[in-house]
Amino acid sequence: MTESLPIIDHPAAAARFVDDGARTGWHDQALWFVRVKRDRQAHGLPEWEALREQAAAIKSHTISRLADYLEQFEREATRRGAVVHWARDAEQHNAIVLEILRRHGARKVAKSKSMLTEECHLNPFLQRHGIEVVDTDLGEWIVQLRNEPPSHIVLPAIHIKKEEVGELFHRVLGTEAGATDPKYLVEAARTRLREVFLAADAGITGVNFGVAESGGIVVCTNEGNADLGVSLGKLHIACMGIEKLIPRCGDLGVFLRLLGRSATGQPITSYSSHFHGPIRDGELHIVLLDNGRSEILASDDFRRALHCIRCGACMNTCPVYRRSGGHSYGATVPGPIGSILNPARDAEKYSTLPFACSLCASCSDVCPVGINLHEQLLIWRERIAARGILSGTKRLAMKFASHLLRRPALFAFAGALARWGLRHLPRFAFYHALNPWGRQRELPIPPRRSFRQEYRKRHERQPPRG
Amino acid sequence: MSASLPADKNARQSILERIRSRELPPRELPPLFDEGIRYADRWAQFQEVLSSVGGQFLSVADRDGVAATLAKLPVVESSRCRACTVPDLHFGNLDLNAVDDPRDLAGLDLAIFPGQFAVSENGAVWVTDESIRHRAALFIAQHLLLVVRQPDCVDNMHQAYQRLAFGERGYGLFISGPSKTADIEQSLVIGAHGPRSLTVVAVP
Repeated sequence: MTESLPIIDHPAAAARFVDDGARTGWHDQALWFVRVKRDRQAHGLPEWEALREQAAAIKSHTISRLADYLEQFEREATRRGAVVHWARDAEQHNAIVLEILRRHGARKVAKSKSMLTEECHLNPFLQRHGIEVVDTDLGEWIVQLRNEPPSHIVLPAIHIKKEEVGELFHRVLGTEAGATDPKYLVEAARTRLREVFLAADAGITGVNFGVAESGGIVVCTNEGNADLGVSLGKLHIACMGIEKLIPRCGDLGVFLRLLGRSATGQPITSYSSHFHGPIRDGELHIVLLDNGRSEILASDDFRRALHCIRCGACMNTCPVYRRSGGHSYGATVPGPIGSILNPARDAEKYSTLPFACSLCASCSDVCPVGINLHEQLLIWRERIAARGILSGTKRLAMKFASHLLRRPALFAFAGALARWGLRHLPRFAFYHALNPWGRQRELPIPPRRSFRQEYRKRHERQPPRG
Repeated sequence: MSASLPADKNARQSILERIRSRELPPRELPPLFDEGIRYADRWAQFQEVLSSVGGQFLSVADRDGVAATLAKLPVVESSRCRACTVPDLHFGNLDLNAVDDPRDLAGLDLAIFPGQFAVSENGAVWVTDESIRHRAALFIAQHLLLVVRQPDCVDNMHQAYQRLAFGERGYGLFISGPSKTADIEQSLVIGAHGPRSLTVVAVP
């Protein structure tokens, strides 16, 4: 499961991102805005916490019997006329998709948002084989035109300013130079993408939920692009991770209620489409992909990460993600959940990701399916340290900290020294190249006394009882 | 590439074996959730949510007034090419059954279809393609109008799924508001790829 190096250096990429202070603040606010909308929706439902528990229980159960449910899903989907394919890894997945397209002589594909196909790098693969793929979700289309990956799994273009979209559309679509009105820009995209939909030979979508009981798949969008992409032609290829299964149709109620609210603060997405079998006289192919998921399933520590429904709430709330941008994670799925899933695929390449975290646990608090994200991130740190793939400076710092923290007297002395130094030493003593904590931030003015001194003093005044 | 079928068989087997190779502690499947929120006035709640997601709502009190009321709506008045599959409403001038290729629907201004039921909590309407030969019409029309019977409104999604059965082949979806996007700087724009407006009409 090893992918090619280079090793992702999150701190360095994040440093480049925060170099533009105004832009960092703008990015932070844009995501916080979504988080606030999510809160409003969550607080509007008295049963919100019960829903989260139900969702977690359903997912845990499904995963505990995943092979049975996959077989049931295959049986039911096949009975309703779909063709189910199995892919061990990205390579097999892409080969299957290409083979289906070739059999139909399809040259142009309208694709809707699917993180799974991003994970498999399907677009460049198909393009190498002479097939034209257009990402039809507006955000994904924008990043595709810019020749870059999405920076967020729900809001692919959240890192791009409208001025930049305006410039891009001016170049590609011939919109007016300097135009930045989102309404105008969306209208221009709508016009062009309608041509794409009408000319497409096939539609590729992801899958939000697969239902074992009925063999159905559910795809959620706000734009309606998935449905347009698969309803004008006869061929629909749906790419689905094996963890997307749920047992019963009735469980969809729980997950659709959680997904839209958690993702964008909407009560539900505009379109939640349920496909059971192909369109009239058409074909529906469902490609089931493992690609490392069964390995995560085998791990007691990380199994719960398979609950993920890709809502992105953990990213919107994460103080590190908001201020470092999705691209700094160097992976298809960034943010807290990405910092768990990617090391599972390649611990060395993604060894810096679990450290892109302050362990504030906000991600676990908002996760609609009960993933203990911050705990898993901590476990990853231990694993990475134990494997000896920690970066040199981090290893040294850890050694130093461990030495210090085991010696109370030395710790007290160092604390006193720092408190005195921050008050009296010149700035360059702290704000220099060797101290990353002094970069892009002002160190706080230290209190005169340490916590232990305060504590002792307080107890002298009020001796503890008992 | 012609060897893809046997490779698929192997992949299937190896994925299932790998999953089964690790015996996991049993986790019980909880009974279906039914503690969903309820509303004193389901249509009032529906209307409120629908308007918050960019849709319009209209309730018609008497059966005979439905056609006259709809005829006065701006989306109906201003549309030239219309498809309508709601029984007893004769607004259509394009017969979907007479169209072979859904791509020929690109000029459709307005689609008027029946909705099976409405959901108060999220302003969604369940629609199937039973009466619609080309499901593309739901998305390619510039404007969409859904007609729902007044008794057909549930409180929440759990009640919604109690009403749904997915016995055989079929296609159905929840539609909540018009097509929209916020992909440019989180600015909400109505009319992304699909209909620019959604009107839900509740009729006796």
